[in-house]
Amino acid sequence: MTSPAIVAEGLVKHFGDVHALRGVSFEVGSGTVLGLLGPNGAGKTTAVRILTTIIVPDSGRAVVAGHDVVASPQSVRRSIGLAGQYAAVDENLTGRENLVLIGRLNHMGTAASRQRAVELLDQFHLTDAAGRPVRTYSGGMRRRLDLAAALVTHPPVLLLDEPTTGLDPASRQDLWDVIGSLVADGTTVLLTTQYLEEADRLADRIVVIDHGTVAAEGTSTELKARIGGISAVLSLTDASVASRVADLLVDSHAVIGADDSTVVVPARNGAATVRDVLNRVDAAGIEIVRLDMHEPTLDEVFLTLTGSRS
Amino acid sequence: MNTSTDHGAGFGWAVRDTLAMTGRNITAMRRVPQVLVFSLVQPVIFVLMFRFVFGGAIKVPGRDYVDYLMPGIFVQTMTFGAINTAIGLADDKGKGLLERLQSLPMTRSAVLGGRVLADSIRNLVIVTLMILIGFAVGFDTHTNAIMVVSGVLVMVAFGFALSWLFALIGLSVTNSEAAQAAAFPILAPLTFASNLFVDPSTMPGWLQPWARNQPVSVTADAVRACMLGGPTASKVVPALLWSLAFGLVLGPLAVRRYRRS
Repeated sequence: MTSPAIVAEGLVKHFGDVHALRGVSFEVGSGTVLGLLGPNGAGKTTAVRILTTIIVPDSGRAVVAGHDVVASPQSVRRSIGLAGQYAAVDENLTGRENLVLIGRLNHMGTAASRQRAVELLDQFHLTDAAGRPVRTYSGGMRRRLDLAAALVTHPPVLLLDEPTTGLDPASRQDLWDVIGSLVADGTTVLLTTQYLEEADRLADRIVVIDHGTVAAEGTSTELKARIGGISAVLSLTDASVASRVADLLVDSHAVIGADDSTVVVPARNGAATVRDVLNRVDAAGIEIVRLDMHEPTLDEVFLTLTGSRS
Repeated sequence: MNTSTDHGAGFGWAVRDTLAMTGRNITAMRRVPQVLVFSLVQPVIFVLMFRFVFGGAIKVPGRDYVDYLMPGIFVQTMTFGAINTAIGLADDKGKGLLERLQSLPMTRSAVLGGRVLADSIRNLVIVTLMILIGFAVGFDTHTNAIMVVSGVLVMVAFGFALSWLFALIGLSVTNSEAAQAAAFPILAPLTFASNLFVDPSTMPGWLQPWARNQPVSVTADAVRACMLGGPTASKVVPALLWSLAFGLVLGPLAVRRYRRS
C-alpha cells in the first residue's frame, strides 16, 4: 500500500444523545477501494459526511488527499467527488445543466465546464437525454448523472455513499462497471454499502462498522476466514440422529447446524476431511440424507460480526 | 476554519458562485411555469374579493378603495412570496442537493444568496403582473413612473429582506411541506393584522399600534406614498430601515444555520 489517500483517526461524532461515531479509525491506500460496510444507522454516512467536510467531527482527525478536513476544508473539497444515495441532482435542470453548474461551482469556468459536461454525458451514455429535465430520467439514469457530477473535476478521491441502493440489478451492474474503470485509472474510492456482494465485488479492503465502532477489518477473504473456511453440512433423518453424529464427530469440531437435523463439520483438509467423516458415519451405520459443502458468505460474516453486538 | 487563505473563498468567487446559483434557480423556475401561475392565483382572488365583494363596505379616508387596496395586495403578494425561499431551500435539503453543494469548493453563502436573489427576481416579475392586473380592475397611480418604480423597489427590498427569515425557516425544517406549514403562522398576523386591506383606525385600540407599525404595514404605507402621492421620505425611510434591519439580522443567522446544517 502506498501513502494513504484517506486517513481517519478516532473519529467521534454525536448528534444530541445519538452517538453516530465512537472512535472510528481506518485508512484507504492511494488507488485502492475501501468498502465501509454496516447496517442502517451504523455511522457510515456520518463518516462520509466528515470526510467530505459537510460536518466537523467532535474529536479525532481526518486527512483526505493530504489535507486535514477541519483545517483546510476547501483543499479537501477540491480533491474529492461525492455521490450519494439520494442522486442529488436538480430535477428541473437538464442533465447537461446539472453538470455545467457543478463545474462552475468547482470554479472551472463556464467553457471548461461545458466541455467536461459533454465528455461525461458521453461516458455515462446520457448524451441523448442531455437536454431533458432530470425529472424525466429513470432511477438508473439519475444515479449515473449523480456519479458523473462527482467526477466533473477528475477528483483523485471519490466517496460513494450507497451508490446503488434501490437500483435494479442491471443498473447496479452498470454502475459497478463504471466504478471499476475509475479504479483502474487510479482513483481512490471509499464506498459505503449494505450490499455484501457490492463490497465483495468492488472493495480491496472492507471495514465493518456497527454502532459507531469498527467491528472488523480486512480483505473479503480474510473476513470470511474469520468465521471459518469451507465446511461439510450433513443432513440427517432427524434431530436425535444429528445429535448422535455430532457426538461421534466431536473431535472434528462438529456442531449441530441451524436446522436441528443437520451437522456442520469444518473441512480443514478439504476432500480428506469429508472422506474421513463419511467413513466414520458409515461405520456407525447411520444413513446420511444429503451432503453439502458450504463456503461462508460475506453476509454470514456480517451477521456474525454485527449480530453479536446488537 | 480559515477560509481567508483558501483559494476560492474570495469576493470575486462569492459573486460568481451566487450568480451561478441564481441562474440555476431561475432556470428551475422557468421549467415549472405552473408554480408562477399558481402564485398569482391567490392574490388575484384577493383582488376580486376585496375589490368587488367586500370593497363596497370598506371606507378609507381620502381616496378610492381600489387605490388603497392594490398596494396592499402587492405587499401581501411579496410577503407570501417569501415562503418560496423556505420551500426552495427545504426542497434542496430534502433531496440531498445541499449536501452535495456543501462538499464543493464554492462560497457557502452563495447557496442562500442565489436562492434569495432568484426569489427577488421572481417577486419583481409577479409584482409587475399584479400591477397590470390592478390597472385592469380600476387601480390608478397618481405619481410619475420613477415614483412607481421606486415603490416596486421598496417592495422587492422588503421581499429580499423577508426571504432571509424564510431561508432560516427552510433550513430548520426537514421538507417543503413542513416549511409551508411553519410559514403560515408567521405570515397571518403580518398580513391580516395590518393596514393592507383596511384602515387600522377601524380596529380595536389594542391592535392599532401593531397594525400601524409592523413592517408589512410600514412597507405598504411607503408603496402607497410612492404610487399615490403624499409625503414620501417619511414613509419610505422607515420601510427601508425595516428591510435593512431584517436583512442585517437574519442574513447572517441564515448563513450560520446553513454552515451548521
